[in-house]
Order: sequence, then C-alpha cells, then structure tokens
Amino acid sequence: MTEFVFFINQVVISGAVLGCIYALGAVGITLIFGILRFAHFAHSELMTSGAFFAFMLAALFASWGIVTPIPTGFVVLPIAMVMSAIFALGIDKGFYAPLRKRGAKPVILLIASIGVTLMVQGLIRLFFGAGSYSFFETETKDVFRIDTSFLGSTRPLVITEPQLLMIVVTIISVLVLHFFLTRSRLGKAMRAMADNADLAQVSGINTALVVRVTWIVAGALACMAGTMLALDVTLKPDLAFNIIIPIFAAAIVGGLGQAYGAIAGGLLIGFAESLAVFNWTMVLRPLNGVLPEWMQLPATLALVPTEYKLTVAFVILVVVLLVRPTGIFKGASS
Amino acid sequence: MIRRSLTLFAGLFVLILVIGWAMGLPFTSSRLVEATAYSLIALGLNIQWGYGGLFNFGIMGFLMLGGFAVTFISYPINPQFWGSDGPWMLGRALIAFAAGALLVYGARKSDRLGIRGGWKTFVTVLAWFVAYCVYRSQIDPAAAYIEANAGFVGGLGAHPILGWLFGGVLAAAVAFIVGKIALGLRTDYLAIATIGISEIIRALIKNMDWLTRGTLTVSPIPWPTPLPQDYQATGSDQFSSLLLSRGGFLLLALVVLGVSIWLISRAYSGPWGRMMRAIRDNHIAAASMGKNVTARQLEIFVFGSVLMGIGGAMLVSFTQIFDPSSYQPINHTFLIWVMIIVGGAGNNWGAVFGAVLIWLVWVISEPLARVIFEFASSWSSGFGWGEITQIESRSAQMRVFVLGLVITIALRFAPKGLIPEVVRRDA
Repeated sequence: MTEFVFFINQVVISGAVLGCIYALGAVGITLIFGILRFAHFAHSELMTSGAFFAFMLAALFASWGIVTPIPTGFVVLPIAMVMSAIFALGIDKGFYAPLRKRGAKPVILLIASIGVTLMVQGLIRLFFGAGSYSFFETETKDVFRIDTSFLGSTRPLVITEPQLLMIVVTIISVLVLHFFLTRSRLGKAMRAMADNADLAQVSGINTALVVRVTWIVAGALACMAGTMLALDVTLKPDLAFNIIIPIFAAAIVGGLGQAYGAIAGGLLIGFAESLAVFNWTMVLRPLNGVLPEWMQLPATLALVPTEYKLTVAFVILVVVLLVRPTGIFKGASS
Repeated sequence: MIRRSLTLFAGLFVLILVIGWAMGLPFTSSRLVEATAYSLIALGLNIQWGYGGLFNFGIMGFLMLGGFAVTFISYPINPQFWGSDGPWMLGRALIAFAAGALLVYGARKSDRLGIRGGWKTFVTVLAWFVAYCVYRSQIDPAAAYIEANAGFVGGLGAHPILGWLFGGVLAAAVAFIVGKIALGLRTDYLAIATIGISEIIRALIKNMDWLTRGTLTVSPIPWPTPLPQDYQATGSDQFSSLLLSRGGFLLLALVVLGVSIWLISRAYSGPWGRMMRAIRDNHIAAASMGKNVTARQLEIFVFGSVLMGIGGAMLVSFTQIFDPSSYQPINHTFLIWVMIIVGGAGNNWGAVFGAVLIWLVWVISEPLARVIFEFASSWSSGFGWGEITQIESRSAQMRVFVLGLVITIALRFAPKGLIPEVVRRDA
C-alpha cells in the first residue's frame, strides 16, 4: 500500500491543488471571453495583484497583532477579493471600455490586455522589487501527516493546511458560482449575453451591468486563485505570468465561454501535469521481483522529464486546438 | 505623409545623437546594431500582421531558433564529440525518430486498411505513444553520453553569415509546421497557440543540453566581421578599433536590412502584395475570387518567420553568447508587437521606425529611471522620509511599465501607428 499512498501524495493531491488554481483562473478568463469576446491576457496580473493585496492585508493584520486559527491569508481573502474586483473594474474603465466604445476589434483588445499586463507587472515590480515573499514568515505552515499504517503503508499521507483549505474553498466557490449562474437573475443574464449578446440586449438585459458583474466575478476569482497559489508556493512578481498559458489551455480545453468546462479543463490540466512527470518506478517497483533480469525497471520511468512539466499543458493545448478547437464542452466559436 | 515620415525620422536621428552624446559611443553603437536586428524582426512581424493579418505571438521561438542556428553553424568544431561514439548514437536516435514518424504516418493512413472511426483514433494515439517511447529510448542514453563525455555537440565552424542563412531556413521550416497546424484557427486561438508553441520551443532548446548546452550558455560565438581585438592586433588604438569593428557589423546589418526592405517593398507593391491585402481585409471575398487563402497565409507566415530567424541569429552573433534562459516573452515577443503597433502596421518604414524608437526607449528607460529615482530619493531624504531602497533593481523593472504605458497610449490615441499604412485607391 506504500506505493498507493505515494501515488496519492504525488499525483492526486498536487494535481488537485494545481487543478484548483488553474480552474479558478480559467473561469474568469472564460467568463470574460464569453461576455466581451476577447482573450484577456492581463488575467495573470489580476491574480498576482490579488495575491499582493492579500499579502499586504495579512502583513497589516500581523502588525496589529491579530492571530488567527487558520492562515491569515485565508482570513483576509474576502477583503482582498473586494479590492481585486474594484481593481478589475478600474482596469476595464480605464483601458478596455474606451476601446470598446470606439468599436475596436477583439484583437485590439487582446493587444491592449498585453499592455495592461506589462504595466501592472511593472508597477508590482516597482513597489515590491523582484524578490519573493512568503505568507508564512510570522506563522507556521501546518502539515498534516495522516498515518495510513492501518492500510499497511509505511508512508503517511501528507497534506499541508493551506492545500486542504484551498481545495475546500475552491469547492465552495464553484458551488456558489453554479448557483449564481443558474438561479440568480444576473447570472442568467450573463449566460444569455454569452450566448447571444444582441438578443440579450433587445430582450431588455442591462448589458453594461452584466459587463461590470463579469469583471467583479473574474477579479474576485483571480484574486482567490492568486492568493492560494502564493500560499502554496511563494509570492513573487511573476507568480501568475508564468502559468497564464496553462490557464488559457484549461479554458480552451473546456471550451471558451463555458464556465463548467473551464473548471473541468483546469482539473484536467492539473492532473495531466502531475501525472506526466510522475515516476512510475516508485509504484511499479514490486514488479521487479517478478520480472526477469533483462526487463528490470529503470530508476526513473516518467512520461516526460520533470523540467518539461509546464510544457505538458502547452502540448495538450496544441493537441486540443488541432483535434477539437471548440473544447470538450462545445464553446463559443464566433 | 512623406513629410510626416521625414519629420519623424529626423526626430529619431536627433534622439540617437542625444543618446550618443549622453551615453557615449560604445553604448550607442551596440544599441544601434541591435536596433537594426530588431528592425529586421519587426519587418518580419509586419509581413505577418501588417500584410497578412496573422497573429503571431510566438516570435520568441523563432528568435531562439535563429540564435541556435548561428551558434550551431559558426561555433568551432568540438573534436571530443566527433571522436566519441556520440555521432553514431545520435544517428541511431535519428533513425528511431524517422521510424516513429513513419509509424505515425502509417497510423494516420490506416483507413486504407479498413480501420475506421474510433479504432483509427485508437491506432493513431497508440502509434504516437510507441513512436515517442522508441525515440526516447534512443535519445536519452545518447544525450546522457554526450553530456558526460563531450559536453555538447559543438558547432560546425562555418562562417557566421551561413549561420544567419541557416537561421532563416530553420525558422522557415518550423514556421511551415506551425502554420500547417495553427493557421486554421481564428485570431485569439492563433495567438494562444503560437505562444504555446514558442514556449515548447523554448523548453526544448533550454533543456536539450547535449545540443545547445542549455543554461550553461555557449560563448564566444564568432563575428562575421573583424572583432575589436583583431584591429587592436594590427596596431590600432582602442577607440578606433572599437569604432571600426562595430561600424563594420552595423554596415553588414544595414545591408541585410536594406536588401530585405527592397525585396519586401517590391513584393508589396506588386500583385502578390495586393492579393495579400485583399486576403487580410476580406478573406471570404478573396477566396471567392479564386485565391487559395490557406496556402497564401502559410506562405506569408513562413516569409515573416525567415526574417525573424535571421534577426535572431544576428542578435546572438553580435552579443557573442547564446543563453536560452535569457529569452523572455516580454523582451522577445511583446516588445516586437509594441514596435509594430507604435510604428504602424502595414508600413515597412513604420515598422523600422517603431523598432528603432521602441528599442531606444526600452534601453534608455532604465538609466533614465535611475536618474529620476536618485533625484526623488535625495529629495525625499531631504524631507526626512528616508531614501528609496533598491534603486538598481527597481529602475531595471521600470522599462516593463514604460512599455505597457506606450502600447496602451498608442492603441488609444494612434491606433494606426505613427507612420500608418498608405491605402491607395487609384490603382
């Protein structure tokens, strides 16, 4: 059973953590694409700036001497999400809305979003330098080691407190998003506008409000994803810039414009990445006793070497674009 | 229009003189050579985006290919590698690769044997997997052997100009494959696909240590023209040897750029250019006039990438070092896009103007930001607020912000660029 627990530690938990972050980022991208019809590259900077908002709030809490039972990053998350939503609205107002009003093509908005990416990243680096920060400088990162000896395993199941909370928070926010999209008036309006913007407008839906709500939801979710990524690893200015393409891959795999597809795509990419670099020899080692001499397993038997981990997402992206460009769930293709 | 362009270029000339006066000749001359190489790259993107309306966000990948090509062709021969078993093992890996490719090709044609639908998909996936395993089983030991015994493959020791040409050829070959794969996609998808592909190219070149030495970097890569040391050896003093060598490289780069502009302008004003603009503006109408849109777009994608490959090779030749980890999407993809947007898509002179201007803005915003920071720091400490810390690293990041600001302002207030495309309706 040791091998099985090892597999869970290496693939299931790390894949789920990565998948949650990808999913939350991809939902925002896919919503923006559905409503505004452009690929929003600056989403990575919404994530990074959200993480920095949370970091500053956590530092503020620590300086006030407030001690929380769970990591402070999670406690300040709601406030940081509100700040991020306002930030996202401000970016739209300042940079995208004037271009939309001029009737610019989606391609121009895409280029503008790259300009926004560069500006926000430049600002973050200007204020925080190029170094990395940790949420756990003043508090400890709890690690749960669940004893699995009753299963006959010599290894414990290892999960850190932020990872556990992250999975719980993601599940809750996905449920909330689901009820928002299917039950509330605004959520239904959003889906209607994603389906057919002109029809939604003539049937009396306030499209300007829907656009604002989209930015609020996308900004809040991006902040959540960024903060949780920073809690799992470390906070640095290019935190999310490096994973924006895997997130896009997740959104495309799920079908651009499909919120549920983005969640499925995120989890798929997350698991695929951790499965691809998993060393199968660790699990299959008992077979060495059965196999003849010339067929002994090599020390490492991974599908791709570890340094190509991020490349897996790109390969999946390219394959999906080739084989089924509309994604697993049929997405908005026009 | 002509007057506006001339005024802008005159302004650019004054800017170069000011930079030369403020930063000194060695700094300015290297920036000018780099600006020439970037002009060539921007021309490549201008062909793709300005003429053809194709969205290429994978410029970094083509620059890396060019850089690798010139390293491979012009770096001295590594006798340790050629004396060992390395070539033989690589040959076996090549045969394995060919066998795998054949297998995949066979699986894709398996419907001839009556295998259809889901079974064909299954057979294709299986063929890919088997081909991958076969190739890995040969390349992994070869790579480990070469890295342990010879370091890396080394170069061929040929003239760097050949390397530039090979850079163009390599970029063209890869662009052909990428175009075949991705050009059927609409713009946003194409942008994301090309970014993904350029990241794959970067990961490969960075991690194939046996071929490119990866993060260990390769240097010194020879120049096509005499180096400053060569002039010094003949008795010139330091200043004039620097001037002569940099001037020689700049002249060569300018000749390449001039020839490219001349060829492109001729193509642009001919029937070919007219057809390309027709496809860009309305590909459905162009297709209904009997133009093969897909083939023409592939053509334009390959042509643009050739210039990017040559430009990338030129940059590596000039800096004499090939460092795969120095390639970043911001510096090597987005920067070129800003050049085109600011200069004017669809106009060659606009592309060249944008390339030189943005490159100069990019390189001087760091020293400029440092001056401003130091001024602000002395000012704030005079008020008793304390000094600004980490001025060095902060001003280094300033240029990213400036770049983003420039592109958003340009899109807002000059969406067609400073020297916009000239649309002639009389012909």
